[in-house]
Amino acid sequence: MQQTTATQPAAQSKSDNSVLLEVKHLKMYFPVTSGIIVQKKVADVKAVDDVSFFIRKGETLGLVGESGCGKTTTGRAILQLYKPSAGEIMFEGRDLCKLSGGDMRAMRRKMQIIFQDPYGSLNPRMTCGSIIGEPLIVHHLVKNRKEYQEQVAELLRIVGLNPYMADRYPHEFSGGQRQRIGIARALAVKPNFIVCDEPVSALDVSIQAQVINLLEELQEEFHLTYLFIAHDLSVVRHISDRVAVMYLGKIVEIANRDELYENPLHPYTKALLSAVPIPDPVVEAKRERIILTGDVPSPLRPPPGCNFHTRCPIAIPECKDLVPQLREVSKDHWVACIRAPGYNA
Amino acid sequence: MANLLSVKDLRTHFFTQDGVVKAVDGVSFDVQEGETLGLVGESGSGKSVTALTILRLIPQPPGKIVGGEVNFQGVDLLKVDEETIRKIRGAKIAMIFQEPMTSLNPVLTIGRQVTEALELHMKMNKSESRKRAAELLQMVGIPDPLRRLDDYPHQFSGGMRQRVMIAMGLSCNPKLLLADEPTTALDVTIQAQVLELVKKLSDELGTSVILITHNLGVVARYADRVNVMYAGKLIETASAKDLYADPRHPYTLGLLASVPRLDEPRKVKLVPIEGSPPDLTHLPKGCPFRPRCRFAVDRCAEEHPPLMPMGERHFAACWVDVRSRKPLPA
Repeated sequence: MQQTTATQPAAQSKSDNSVLLEVKHLKMYFPVTSGIIVQKKVADVKAVDDVSFFIRKGETLGLVGESGCGKTTTGRAILQLYKPSAGEIMFEGRDLCKLSGGDMRAMRRKMQIIFQDPYGSLNPRMTCGSIIGEPLIVHHLVKNRKEYQEQVAELLRIVGLNPYMADRYPHEFSGGQRQRIGIARALAVKPNFIVCDEPVSALDVSIQAQVINLLEELQEEFHLTYLFIAHDLSVVRHISDRVAVMYLGKIVEIANRDELYENPLHPYTKALLSAVPIPDPVVEAKRERIILTGDVPSPLRPPPGCNFHTRCPIAIPECKDLVPQLREVSKDHWVACIRAPGYNA
Repeated sequence: MANLLSVKDLRTHFFTQDGVVKAVDGVSFDVQEGETLGLVGESGSGKSVTALTILRLIPQPPGKIVGGEVNFQGVDLLKVDEETIRKIRGAKIAMIFQEPMTSLNPVLTIGRQVTEALELHMKMNKSESRKRAAELLQMVGIPDPLRRLDDYPHQFSGGMRQRVMIAMGLSCNPKLLLADEPTTALDVTIQAQVLELVKKLSDELGTSVILITHNLGVVARYADRVNVMYAGKLIETASAKDLYADPRHPYTLGLLASVPRLDEPRKVKLVPIEGSPPDLTHLPKGCPFRPRCRFAVDRCAEEHPPLMPMGERHFAACWVDVRSRKPLPA
């Protein structure tokens, strides 16, 4: 394969200053050790295994995949909540992996995260006002108490909560409200970029729509860029501009949203879409269903070659010989499958 | 078609420090032989408690089954003695629980757990039950079943554990299977595998299924009829086709409008249901959905609407015709 490793267009980004974030060959390996007195590394869990993509300013990149695919780990590694094992994270032209502690802390003003678990992500011993206001203090964004209180009140209003709730504790709020507090906290520092890590999965269906609408309004109002991590493909389709599909630590397909949903090329993407039930029995009765066999392999022992070949309905013997790289098969549509149409052209 | 199960005016309350929670408050429905009934609702709607009440698995205290009938094969399950209901649980009516991680006993092998029901209800001896258990694991798609009987739950993935639960549930050929959110904790592709399996087996064995879920897509794909619950009450019931084509309760309408769909053109904005799920210890007078309802009229604050006929075998508990916004005659 003489082709250059087909990552997301790195060449484009140099001249394209609309790119806010570029991830290059990110790897996140967690060592597995054995032994009681002396710990010896016996294996690596390759949670994120050579992932590359970019996100443009103001855009939402959806990152989908099932549990264990590495999407949450990717989001956290980008923000340096985990120290990447390898790779570069270019944010506004600087490699976050190489920044000093002080410089990184300053960068954190520009990048925030909303967590999945509205119950675990808020400190139960802090009032909601303190939780939201803490970043203002850490980053020296307010001059006095009055300014602090005004900003906290404004943030609560922005997310649709009443300012008098600032003195309440997390346990006094519902799941949906707690998620709004998490969003307000992320907005406090006026970031450019927010990693939304499954922000609505833990919420009831009727509340999900409220929070999704809020995230979309905020993106417009504050010109935010989102990395939206989720396993719910219907939600991702609604909010994303482009979508990347992950499987066992690798990106298998990445395309503009409509293109991915209308014309999925990777067999895993097709199976994933087919597995999502549509709330309409008449439509459902007519759909083609691709049911995958077997379970997701362990990331400790990923299959050789294409890591999806053990469950793939169209696998051929060659699939276990080499790891397929992401290749652009049509405009802005990249796929890592030797059997995808246009891949071997 | 005969009624396999007939639930009448079921009431289960929980007596807590904060007040009485009427988790199930006057629910009536039937399940026919071979039918899959979807029981849909969000957290706090009472759907799981309904299933647990049918099998009398409600912890008493703080819960109490305060009224109603559960008629199964000519017998009211709420009135039989403990010995009789134990013979029915696992044998004639089986249940699959939501969290496969915590529903299996972590210190017993899978073999021990699957054979338990076989030895108890089918009176098999050790070697017969072991053989049958391996067959059941094979049936649910677990590779190398004989060896895996000696493994522990933690050695299985979530999807496989759920399949073990299905094997246990179907082991004694029950007439009715209660599946309480059997795939909520699982990935989408595993969910598809597990639900296809339940469907295939229930078709083959003629088992009726009550499929409890909050996922409207799952219900559309697998249920014949659907019951929608809210705040402990049954607020709409219809065939799956009718419910999705012609929803008549504002809550159902709201749910369907707020869920993004893969096949529809992308809506610019989702239409959420305003407000929050109700506090079950402080329900308002009249209809519990009124505070969030766009169709509410004065009567809604006064009286709780009964299930009104809306079409063939289609009922909704609402004072208003959502198509015309006109109040319905009493």
